[in-house]
Amino acid sequence: MNGTVKPMTTLAEVCAEADALRLSSGNALGDAIVSDIYANAEEIARKVVAHKPQDKSAWDAKLDDILTSRLLGYPIMLALLGMVFWITIEGANVPSGMLADAFFAFQDRLTEWFQAAGAPAWLHGVLVLGLYRGLAWVVSVMLPPMAIFFPLFTLLEDLGYLPRVAFNMDSLFKKCKACGKQALTMCMGFGCNAAGIVSCRIIDSPRERLIAILTNNFVPCNGRFPTLIAIATIFVGGVFAPEYGTAVAAMVLTGLVLLGIAATFSVSWLLSHTILKGEPSSLVLELPPYRPPQVGAIIYRSLIDRTLFVLKRAVIMAAPAGAITWILANTYIGDMSIIGHLAGWLQPFGYAIGIDGFILLAFILGLPANEIVVPILIMSYLATGQMMEFDSLEELRQILLSHGWTWLTAVCTMLFCLLHWPCTTTLLTAYKESGSVKWTFLSFLIPTLIAFAVCFAVAQTARGLGLA
Amino acid sequence: MYVPEQRSSLADLKVGTTGKISSIELDGLLRRRILDLGILPGTQVQCVRKSPAGDPIAFRVRDTTIALRSDDASLIKVYPG
Amino acid sequence: MKWYQDTPCRETHGRVLREHFGVAAEAGQYIIALAGNPNVGKSTVFNALTGLRQHTGNWPGKTVDNAQGAFTYRKKPFLLVDLPGTYSLLAHTVEEEIARDFICFGEPDATVVVLDATCLERNLNLALQVMEITPNVVVCVNLMDEANKKKIAIDFPALEKELGVPVVAAAARKGEGLDALRETLYQVSTGARQSNPRRLTYSAAVEEAVQKLLPNVQRLVDHKLNPRWVALRLLDGDKAFLESISRYLDLQLNWEAPQEVAAL
Repeated sequence: MNGTVKPMTTLAEVCAEADALRLSSGNALGDAIVSDIYANAEEIARKVVAHKPQDKSAWDAKLDDILTSRLLGYPIMLALLGMVFWITIEGANVPSGMLADAFFAFQDRLTEWFQAAGAPAWLHGVLVLGLYRGLAWVVSVMLPPMAIFFPLFTLLEDLGYLPRVAFNMDSLFKKCKACGKQALTMCMGFGCNAAGIVSCRIIDSPRERLIAILTNNFVPCNGRFPTLIAIATIFVGGVFAPEYGTAVAAMVLTGLVLLGIAATFSVSWLLSHTILKGEPSSLVLELPPYRPPQVGAIIYRSLIDRTLFVLKRAVIMAAPAGAITWILANTYIGDMSIIGHLAGWLQPFGYAIGIDGFILLAFILGLPANEIVVPILIMSYLATGQMMEFDSLEELRQILLSHGWTWLTAVCTMLFCLLHWPCTTTLLTAYKESGSVKWTFLSFLIPTLIAFAVCFAVAQTARGLGLA
Repeated sequence: MYVPEQRSSLADLKVGTTGKISSIELDGLLRRRILDLGILPGTQVQCVRKSPAGDPIAFRVRDTTIALRSDDASLIKVYPG
Repeated sequence: MKWYQDTPCRETHGRVLREHFGVAAEAGQYIIALAGNPNVGKSTVFNALTGLRQHTGNWPGKTVDNAQGAFTYRKKPFLLVDLPGTYSLLAHTVEEEIARDFICFGEPDATVVVLDATCLERNLNLALQVMEITPNVVVCVNLMDEANKKKIAIDFPALEKELGVPVVAAAARKGEGLDALRETLYQVSTGARQSNPRRLTYSAAVEEAVQKLLPNVQRLVDHKLNPRWVALRLLDGDKAFLESISRYLDLQLNWEAPQEVAAL
C-alpha cells in the first residue's frame, strides 16, 4: 500500500467492538436510535409547525368514507372502471374514423405514385397494401382510445385513488396469500403489461412479487383493448339500438376485465398453494391525501410517456408484421397461399376452442405485439390477400360474418384475447425482472393453458347445448 | 388510577378512537418499516377507517395515513391515550 | 471538528459514480442527489428542475428505477440524480440502501431532501438522517399549497435555525419556490454557502456506546465519512452497510496506487 495512510484499526475489529456493545445493551440500540431521531424530529416540528384549528369534516376524509365504505367501496370501483371504458369507446369513435379516412385517402395517393413510377405490383403490395395498411390500422384504431384512456387513468392515479383500490382489494389478495399492492400493478397493466410487470417492484416479498408478475397478463393491456372493443361493439353492442351500443360494449368490456381479475385471483391462489407456497407477508400501505390533479403534467405523462411510448412500440412491430403478412398471404404454394396452408393446419385446434385457424394464426403472428392481431386477421381473411378498405366497424362486421363468425366465435375470440400468452415485450420484461428462464416460461405457459382450457370449455358447452 | 388492559392492540381500536403504542411485537423487516414510519412506543395512533372487508385497517399517525393488515396490527400493543 | 473533506478527489469520484451508481457526470458538472419520502412530489421537483433533459434506467445490478436529469443555472452545469423514495435511510430495503450509499459514497455536491409540508414531522426523520451523512443538504419543504389549505403554518426562519441547513419553501406543482431552490443549490454546491447541520441528540445509552466506539471508528474512516454516523450504523447492526463500507474503503485505498504510478 505504498505506505500511505493506512487504517490503524481494521473494520473487523471495530465491528466486533460494536457488536459487543450492541449485545450488552440487549440488542435495543437499533430501536433506540430510530426513536431518538424521531424525538429530534418531534422537537423541531413542535417548535416550527402551527396547526390552526380545522373543521373536523375535512372533505378528503368524507371522500375516503365513501370510496372505501363497506357498501359503496366495490360498486364505485366497478362503476369507475365501466365509466373509463365508456368514455374511451365513445370518445374514440369519431377520431378513429377521421384518422382512418385520412390514412386511406393517402393510400390512394401512394398507389398513384407507385403506378406513375412504374413500380412492380409486388413492391406496391408489400409496401402499401401490407406495411402501410398495417400501420394505418394500428394508428387509427389504437391511438384515439389510448389518447383517451391513458389521461383518464393518469387522472385517477394523480388524484390518489389507486392506493384506495389496493386498500379495498387487499383482503381478497390476502386470501390468495398475495399482496394488496398487486392491485396497483394490475392497474398499471391496463396501460401495458410490461409496465405492469416493472411496477411489481413495489411488492417487497419476492414470492408475492413473482405471483404478481405471473398474473399481470390477465389484465388486458391497451394493445388488446382495441380488439376487445371492436368485437364487443360489433357483436354485442350492434345487437342493441345504436344509442345503447357504446354502453353495452363498455359493459361487456367491464365484464371481461372482471373475468380477468377472477383469473388473477384464481391463479394467484393456485400458485400460493403449489409452486409458490408461502404465508402472506405483511402490508404497509400509505394512503396519501387526495391532491388536485395537475392537468399539464397528466397530459404530458399520459401522452408522451405512455401513449407515444406504446404507440411507437406498436408501430415498430406493426410495420414489418404488415409486410410479412402480405407476403405470406400472397405467396402461393399449390393453389393456396402460405397463410391459407398455415391456417388450414391450425383449423382443428381453432375449431376446438370456438375460433378458427385464421384467428389462431393471427394470435400467433401477433406475438410481437397484441395490437396487430386484428389487422393480420383481416389481411389473411381477404382472398385478395390485402386489407379491404374499411373505415367503419360495419364493414369489419361484414368481413367477419362472411368468414363464418358466429356469436360463439366472437365470445371465444374475446376470451382468448383476454387470457392468452403475453406479448414478447412483456415476456422479455418478465425475464428481466425475475431473472429466471423458468418463471418467464411459466408466465407464458399459464395464460396459454388457461386460454385454451376456457375457450375449449365454452365452445364445447355451447355446441353441446346446441347453442351454436 | 386506570390500569391499561394488557393485551389491547391496534387491531382492537374502534374507528375514530386513539391509543398510544406500548410495544411493537413484530420482528424483521416489518418491525423496521413500522418504526421508520414513526410508529414508536409512546406515539399516538388513531384508527381512521377499515377497508370494506374489515381488513386492512387505516391508522392516522404523525399526520399521515398508514394501512396495516389486522394480523400485523394485533401485534402492535396500545394503551388508552 | 470538521470531519469532511473540502475537495473530494475528482478522479476516484468519477469512477465511483460510474461503476457503482451508473452516473456519468461530465467534467465540472455538479452532482445533486434528490431524496424524499414517497408521495411528497419528489418527481414533480425533479421534472420541474430538469425539464426534458432526463435519462431513465435502473441502478446498476438492481431492479430499482434510476432517473438522472441535467440543468444549467448561472452557466454552471448540474446533474440531478433522483434517489428512490424512502421513509428512512437505515437500509432495510434495497431502495434505502441505494439512497444511503449514493448520499454517502457517491459524494454528491449537494443533496436535496424534499419534505411534505403537511406531515413535516415524519419527513424530518429522513432529513435528519441525511444531515448526519453529509452537511451539504438543502431542505425543500414542498406541497406548501396543500399545507396552506389545511391551515398549517411553518416558521421557516426557525426551521432553518433548528436544522442548520438551508430551507426552501416550495409548491413545485405551481412552480413556486423553484428559483429559490436553484439558487440555494448553486450556493451550496459551489461552496458559497456553508452549513452547520444540527447534531442530533441521542439518549444516554446510545450516546455512551457511540463515545466508546468513536476513537476507533475515527481512525478507520479517516475523515472520509462522518465517524459518528458510521458508529451509529455499526451499533444498529446494519450488515448491508458493512458490505458497502468495506467496498468503499477498499476503493479509497486502491486508487492511491495507480495514481502514484501515473505520477511517475
